[in-house]
Amino acid sequence: MKAPSLKLALLAALGAAALLSGGCQAASAVRVRPWERGALADDTMNPDRDALGAAMSEHVYFSREAASGGRGVGGSGCGCN
Amino acid sequence: MVTLTRNSRALGAAAALAAIAATSPAQVAPGNSFPSLSAAGLDGGVLPFTAGKVVLVDFWASWCAPCKASFPVYSRIQSDYADRGLVIVAVGVDDGLAAFNAFVAKLKPSFVTVHDANHALVSGVQVPTMPTSYLVDRTGKVRFMHPGFHGDQTERELRREIEMLLAEKTPAP
Repeated sequence: MKAPSLKLALLAALGAAALLSGGCQAASAVRVRPWERGALADDTMNPDRDALGAAMSEHVYFSREAASGGRGVGGSGCGCN
Repeated sequence: MVTLTRNSRALGAAAALAAIAATSPAQVAPGNSFPSLSAAGLDGGVLPFTAGKVVLVDFWASWCAPCKASFPVYSRIQSDYADRGLVIVAVGVDDGLAAFNAFVAKLKPSFVTVHDANHALVSGVQVPTMPTSYLVDRTGKVRFMHPGFHGDQTERELRREIEMLLAEKTPAP
């Protein structure tokens, strides 16, 4: 009668330990530390780094998709403006 | 008896797992001793003599804009307080030495810059953001910590704290 309750307690302790260690390791595996953000801080990560290129892409997008106005741009979607 | 042995093993395994979970380094904060700079395997510069001095340790990177803004301020602070016992050590955490060297060559700091190429020191300290600076008193204990750099505000705070730490008695040898 005593053994099963001890087993249960041990299983619970094991489970808690596994959750703690596994959870921590998983979190550290995906977390980018403050000193590892060099690539994220690179200018190439900035979507607005080329204003002219972005405007041209946007024009092509709304012309082809007939989606003018969807991003706050006026026009009818005819591709003529 | 067999059950007891099994239980002991299971308990041992649980303890080991809990120990693994607890091994991730804690963030260095005011009140803690700052890790040894000489034992951190830093390169890119010669570490100054820091025993019995007030030390400002700054963690920076070439890709971090506030770090760039902080260097002229640290140069001013260094020139104002070096005679009274302040030492500034700026620890660069760039992945590559080229970026580190280019940043130092461009800003020409008057204080010591070293490179934590393996991130051994910065990982041990667990800086919360870039840049972060730590003011360490004459006994080697962290007294103030500055996450981020906020221009004049940070400079004012640093000067006030440095004045306070420099005024404290030097520990007996």
